[in-house]
Formats: sequence, C-alpha cells, structure tokens
Amino acid sequence: MESLNFLLQGFGTALDPMNLAFAAIGVLLGTAVGVLPGIGPALTVALLLPITFKLDPGGSLIMFAGIYYGGMYGGSTTAILLNTPGESASVVTALEGNQMARRGRGGPALATAALGSFVATLIATMGLAFFAPMLVKVAIQFGPWDYFGLMLIAFVTVSATFGSSPLRGLTSLALGLWLGLIGIDQLTGQARLAFGVPNLLDGVEVTTLAVGLFALGEALHVASRHLFNDEKPMAIRGSIWMSREDWKRSWKPWLRGTAVGFPIGALPAGGAEIPTFLSYTMERKLAQKPEEFGQGAIEGVAGPEAANNASAAGTLVPLLTLGLPTSATAAVMLAGFQQYNLQPGPLLFVQHPALVWGLVASLFIANVMLLILNLPLVGLWVRLLKIPLPWLYAGILVFACMGTIAANPSVVELVMLVAFGILGFVMRRYDYPIAPVVVGLILGPMADSALRRSLQMSLGDPMILLQHPGSATMIAIAVLALVAPFLFKSLARFRQDED
Amino acid sequence: MTTSTARGLHRPTLAIGIALFAMAFITWRDASAMQIRATYGMGADAASYFVALFLAVMGAGHLIAAFRWQDDPGPTDWTAVGWVALGLGSLIAAIWLGAGFIAGSTLLFVFTARAFGRRAWAADLALGLILASGIFLLFNKLLTLSLPMGPVERLF
Repeated sequence: MESLNFLLQGFGTALDPMNLAFAAIGVLLGTAVGVLPGIGPALTVALLLPITFKLDPGGSLIMFAGIYYGGMYGGSTTAILLNTPGESASVVTALEGNQMARRGRGGPALATAALGSFVATLIATMGLAFFAPMLVKVAIQFGPWDYFGLMLIAFVTVSATFGSSPLRGLTSLALGLWLGLIGIDQLTGQARLAFGVPNLLDGVEVTTLAVGLFALGEALHVASRHLFNDEKPMAIRGSIWMSREDWKRSWKPWLRGTAVGFPIGALPAGGAEIPTFLSYTMERKLAQKPEEFGQGAIEGVAGPEAANNASAAGTLVPLLTLGLPTSATAAVMLAGFQQYNLQPGPLLFVQHPALVWGLVASLFIANVMLLILNLPLVGLWVRLLKIPLPWLYAGILVFACMGTIAANPSVVELVMLVAFGILGFVMRRYDYPIAPVVVGLILGPMADSALRRSLQMSLGDPMILLQHPGSATMIAIAVLALVAPFLFKSLARFRQDED
Repeated sequence: MTTSTARGLHRPTLAIGIALFAMAFITWRDASAMQIRATYGMGADAASYFVALFLAVMGAGHLIAAFRWQDDPGPTDWTAVGWVALGLGSLIAAIWLGAGFIAGSTLLFVFTARAFGRRAWAADLALGLILASGIFLLFNKLLTLSLPMGPVERLF
C-alpha cells in the first residue's frame, strides 16, 4: 500500500502542466520516430541527450520515457503498412500485420496493435509500480559481488540472445567491453588504451557510440541497399474499427502476450525479440484457425504487439531499481540519468522518490495519450511514411552529427562518430547485433569496478563471489545461459546424426 | 546447401577474425605497459587482460567459422555508400578548416540526398541550407549550445 501512496503523489508531480507538456512532446516524438523507418527510440533519446542537458531532469526523463513508449507504438504502424519493421521487436508484427494490410484489413491490424499495446502497457506499468519497491528492498542489501553477478547475467543474455549466432553476439559484446576500457580507470587513475590522445582519456561517450552505430550505421546500410528493394507504404483500407469477431479473437492474445512479455523484460534477459517470438508461436499453437497464420491472422498481431510493449515496460524494472540496462534504449536512458548525476538503483527510490514516482505516474499518462494518438489519429502518422527517403536520411544525418558536435565540439569526436558509423555499417552488413556493444560499453566499467571493490573487501580472495549465495546463484545462472545454447545445438546435431 | 560448402574460406569472417586478434594484441600490449598497481586484488590491467583474452577467443571462433559460414550479404550499391561517406567527410573537413556548422551540414545533406538517388542539386542545396541555418539559429540562440562558427554563422 505504501507504493500506492507514492504513486498518488507521483501523479501529483506528473499532472504538473510542465511535466504534462514534456510527456506530450515525448509521445509525439516517440510515435514519429517509431513510424519513420531507420530511427528507433534508442537513437532519438541519444540525439536528445545533449539538447536536454540544461533542462529540468524530471521533465527530460519523463520525455525520454514518453519517447520509449511512443517508439514501441509507432513501430507497429511501420511494420504493418510498410513491411519494414522499424525495430527488431516489431519483426514478428510485420509477419501477420503486413499480410492483413495486403488483404485490405490494415485498419483492424493497426487497431488491435494499438489496443493491445495499451492493455499490455497498462498492466505492465502497474507491475512496475508494484514490483519495483519490492525489488528495491532486496537490492538495497546487495553488495558489489551481487552486482557483479547481475551484470554477468546481463552480458550473457544480451549478447547470446540477440542476433543470429552466439559467436556474433559475444563478439559484439567483446567490442563493447573493449570500448569501455578506453580512458582513465576510476579506481586507480591508470589510463587504458588512450594512446596519448587527450580526447580518449575521458573515455568513449555513450551517446557518440549510440548515434554512430544507430544513425550513421543505419543510413550507410540503407544507402547500400535501397536500389534493390523498393517498398511502398500501403494505404489503410477498410474500417479502422475492429469487428465483434476481431475483439473476440484479440483480447486473450493481448493478455497472454502481456504475461509473456513483462517477466522476460523485467528479468535481465535482454531485448523484446524473445517474448514477441514466444507469443507468436504460442498464439499459433492455440489458434482456432491455425491455417490463417501466414495469411493475416489477427492473433499474430495482437499477441506479439502486447508482448513487445509489456517487455518494454518490464525493462524499466531492472533499469530503475538496479541501474541495469537490458536493452539499447534502456542503456541510452541510463546515460540520460547519469548526465544529471542521478544513478538509477535502490538509492534513487530513497533519495529522489518524487522524481521516480513522477516518472512512473507519467508512464500511465503517456500510455493514455498514445492510445489517442494511435487510434483516431493514425492516418496522420502514415503521412510521415511519405517523406522522400533521400531527404529523410539526409535530415537524420544532419541531426545526428549536430547532436554530437553540440555535446562535444571537437573534430576528434566527429571522427569517432564517423568511425562508429562505419563499424555499425559493417556489423549490420554481416549480421552482428548492435545492442551488446552499447550495453558492453556501459556495463563493462561498472562490472570491472564491482568486481574490484568486492576483491578489495575480501583482501583479494576471489572466493568472495561464491561465498555469498546471491552472487553464487547469479554467476551459476550466467554460466548456464552462456553454455546452454551451445549444448542444445550440439544435442540437436547429435540427434540429426542419429536419424 | 551442398553447392556452397565447397567454396572454401569465407573472406569477411576471416578478416574480422584477424582484426579481433590484432585488437587483442594491442590490448595486451597496453595492459602490460601499465605502471600503477592495486594494493589488494586486481589492478586496472586485469580487465584489459580479460578483454584481450575474450577478443582472442572470439578471433579464434571466427577463424573456425570462416570455414563454415557461407552467407552472402547480397548486392551492394557502393556508389551510394561512397556518397554518404563523402558527405560525412565534408562535414569533418568543414569543421576542421573552420568553415562552420552550416556549410558542413549543407554539404552533408546534399551528398546524402544524392546517395539516395536525388539529382536536383540546386533544390537540395537550398533545402539543406535552410535546414542547417534553422538548426543553428534554434540551438545557438535559443538553447545556447555552441555549434562551431564559420564565416556564415558570424553574419547572424
């Protein structure tokens, strides 16, 4: 009940006209970037970081959260009408959603996606408000060894679950950890991998890396491909309202999708891809008309879209309570907190309760705003898809470079941005996942210092990690999660050989 | 499936593997040159050694994978990539030479639009100039962020 009180106070903060305006700007921007192909919520928040530096922290964070939620809503519109998912979490939505649009049922597809997102986000945000204080009570007793264990889990799940193969995912993570080494070590003052370049002593900026990998990398990649694929957005045909049958077939997938999405998002299990795929498979098995799958089954849009949004809200649980980002957007939002000298984690709930609960309350408000923006006004957003690609990407690049120059006006920073852009291009081209690089850069130094602080407390005895039940369990889980995919793979191959 | 397995080494994977080994070597060298030691437990070099080892293992994995992976990234329009690169290069050059944010961003806009197939140079130049000037005015005057100044910016 304590958290209900805090939440009510939070609504007091969130309903402040200034904060409402920030939430509105956030959801508008978020929906726009979600709809536009090529820019996702992670990139938008990264672009806004330098610009919001001088604004009020509470308002800016509310805006970032609005962008995060809005991006998830908007992504489904692109997936359904254009068949080019704006972000990886919408890949599954495109499977059935685009088929529905091709068959003249784009309206109901958009409607079930928006309503499913609303239901899922509502339930998941309630889950966040309910579970976060409980987790904070546990987390406040965590020692550095427990944090080290948690980060190990995050490393493994983020890199082994994203992308097409564990080798590629782990290589991305290694790159991120390597970038995290660069700069002056916080504990000893030792410079690592700086090669005498003064700009490198401060380390690699998360925003420079994220903008380079996401914006420049994506623009280069799309430029290299666009000659060969020419997708035109489809007009919304048919009523945007769902029929009685659509409702009947949608509400259960919404709830099941939420049930799958929220826990997976809340555990440091990385990414919204897994819950969306799980939900899709589940709906396919449970469907009364399984033959419709692949040809525009509404369950295949309703379930994954709910799972997607529920896991996005779930990601905020480890981010706020433990300071542990498990997706690229969460990683960039963590950088957003840090630019105001706020460290997410159990102490944030104690030291800045008004800010945290205002943020949670504003998530509810953003969700309602998004439902209005995405149901009656969906036609407006579709027009964004008509911006000519050359101008769209030219504009994205100008904004991306502007953000970096504004944050750090130096040629070296700009050269690094372009280098990261080329890295992002190569990684996309050869199918390496991007998110583990960003997570590695942020969590790498944190894991390093957590481990070293543990070892200082134990006077150098590494057994301290295994003597505490919490960290021992978490390290065991991380090792299992790392080894399991390889085991399953060789098991599968073994069985194949037998046949 | 059977036709592609006979092609031998997958060159990009091999190249990435070698690059990973090179990074591992640099990291190892950097770590072994560190002077500051920790009193208890691990020093700053331990993480470097770990990452170097991690990179080397990934490099070895790529060398093995180079014999197995066959996926082809598909057709690539290198001219378009070149235009975007030229745009980014122009921006860096403009900032380096002190030509300012507006000139650099306008060139970036024009060249990127060209990469995506636009050929209306004059229209794109005008649009890029308006966009860059708008951004400059908005952020320099309204939000007091300091974007690099050149001859054009000093006119405002």
